[in-house]
Amino acid sequence: MENNWPIWEIFIRSKNGLNHKHVGSLHATDAEMAMQNARDVYTRRNEGISIWVVESKHISASDPDEGESLFDPANDKVYRHPTFYNLPDELKHM
Amino acid sequence: MANHLHDFLIHLGDNALILGHRLSELTSHGPVLEQDMAMTNIALDLVGQTRNIFQVAAKLQGNGATEDSIAYTRDATSYKNILLVEQKNGDFAKTVLRQFFYDAFNYHAYQRLLKSSNKDIAAIAEKAIKEITYHLKWSAEWVIRLGDGTEESNSRINAAIDDLWPYTEEMFKFTDYELACHDEGIFPDIHGIKAEWDEEVKNIFAEATLTVPEDGWMHDGGKRGVHSEHLGFLLAEMQFLQRAYPGQQW
Amino acid sequence: MEKNLNDIFQAKIDREEKIEPKDWMPDAYRKTLIRQISQHAHSEIVGMLPEGNWITRAPTLRRKVALMAKVQDEAGHGLYLYSACETLGIDRDTLFEQLHSGKAKYSSIFNYPTLSWADIGSIGWLVDGAAIMNQVPLCRCSYGPYARAMVRVCKEESFHQRQGFEILLNLSKGSDEQKAMLQESVNRWWWPAMMMFGPSDADSPNTQQSMQWKIKRFTNDELRQKFVDICYEQAKILNVTLPDPDIKWNEERGHYDFGEINWDEFWQVVKGNGPCNKERIAARKTAWEEGAWVREAAVAHANKRAARKTKKVA
Repeated sequence: MENNWPIWEIFIRSKNGLNHKHVGSLHATDAEMAMQNARDVYTRRNEGISIWVVESKHISASDPDEGESLFDPANDKVYRHPTFYNLPDELKHM
Repeated sequence: MANHLHDFLIHLGDNALILGHRLSELTSHGPVLEQDMAMTNIALDLVGQTRNIFQVAAKLQGNGATEDSIAYTRDATSYKNILLVEQKNGDFAKTVLRQFFYDAFNYHAYQRLLKSSNKDIAAIAEKAIKEITYHLKWSAEWVIRLGDGTEESNSRINAAIDDLWPYTEEMFKFTDYELACHDEGIFPDIHGIKAEWDEEVKNIFAEATLTVPEDGWMHDGGKRGVHSEHLGFLLAEMQFLQRAYPGQQW
Repeated sequence: MEKNLNDIFQAKIDREEKIEPKDWMPDAYRKTLIRQISQHAHSEIVGMLPEGNWITRAPTLRRKVALMAKVQDEAGHGLYLYSACETLGIDRDTLFEQLHSGKAKYSSIFNYPTLSWADIGSIGWLVDGAAIMNQVPLCRCSYGPYARAMVRVCKEESFHQRQGFEILLNLSKGSDEQKAMLQESVNRWWWPAMMMFGPSDADSPNTQQSMQWKIKRFTNDELRQKFVDICYEQAKILNVTLPDPDIKWNEERGHYDFGEINWDEFWQVVKGNGPCNKERIAARKTAWEEGAWVREAAVAHANKRAARKTKKVA
């Protein structure tokens, strides 16, 4: 009988106002157990106030070999950054 | 010194200590890493509860008593835990079921202690109830998984029911010190606990495809200091250092 | 082509860029990592046993919860490390099989017995002390998931050594019997702790490659020297003698000199002839085998539950 428990990826929000952040993975048979295991494994020191669990197989990841075509084109879009625009110092905050 | 209050505290603390100790025996021997950690968390909660309770008992006792003198220098006949919690771990089914029977009782007992007329006990309960709520969720889910899992897990949990059912009645057979605490509002509404426990067990067993046994012969005695043979061995191990090197700091 | 990929890979490492699971990596790098990370994970899990021995005999309730929490942390560390290892394409069950069959190694230190309460202190002070020295540089390891797991491990580990040292400090201020217990324990643990850094550099064939790949940042001998220098000073606080008559300050080197390690003992324990090798593996195997029906039942139940859900939806 196949009794390997599937892998789940765990995301934890450390406090309100912050994103859930990937903290690691663990094994569990269903979402409920994954949630409890995440609580016991990844929040033993008050690390979180909210947990997301996602079975690893449901995550689609970008291919690092396509990294150049995916991410390099953003390199020269300097006009997306505030420092691209020259404004007089008197303006102070904008 | 109000004896019944002290006895009741000792009883509460002993329950938590002995079950916590039993669970701690399993650290590093669990069926899967994640559950090893879960059981240790429960053990940590229980020993933590013990400390809170014994600290109050020690204050009441005076004469330099401490949480450790209470835990480490009493013989089995002075221990007032229920027989259920001193039962050996057995297989995972037995460990889980012992936990569930206890958690289901404790959950409803501590709901009442939240409203205790004794402020120390109410404060202890306020912290403990959050932990106990989680324990009950954990143990109930495992009872369901094992009951409604494979043929083997079902037969193992049924064997555990046969073993442990006769120890359940003792929880509701209230001693003089519990009844005295009840009369003073320290442990309010104790007579309502059994019905809630029955309901809890009935529901979880139904989901687990398990049958609640008929009430048969029931053991008791732990609360009065008459224990099974297991407790003496447990204490011999637990108290070894304090006995071999009395009066030292560690 | 292969050579080219290799060059790109090494250049990336030289630039201190991290390697992530889906990036191309040489087979040998992957194998080295699997070996090292799993060995590390196994060490955490097997390491729970000698300390777990004393949970039920801890002398106070405070000591009991601290030790339980510590041993539980080790389960957590094992878990983080197995997870890191799984990103390399091998599953945890396979890693367990390798441990149980003796194919995979773990730190030899855990094949020594814990015979007295002081041993719990000595493990914290010396064994965790040596482990931390090995582990801190691993937080900068070139493989991302391993480095991240180690950051977590090191953060949690910080209370472990203090926990151990405090136990020993209490013994050092205690009765004559307690002081004797302390010294006897340090006598037994000192040399095995020294061996934790592995064979001397001359006999450590993998070191150079691992350093080039930035899996390893310091050689075994460098770390061992650092350990001796630190422990010698700490031993004074505990009022214990390190069982090495050759330890002495070397002005010229700016380090303590120390005696020769018994390498025969080291290799014997690695080969399986340590005092507790068989018990440790047997305990792990028993836990795993006796847990099989539990793991099976949980899977069976999850399947039933999922089937009922789909049926309801349909």
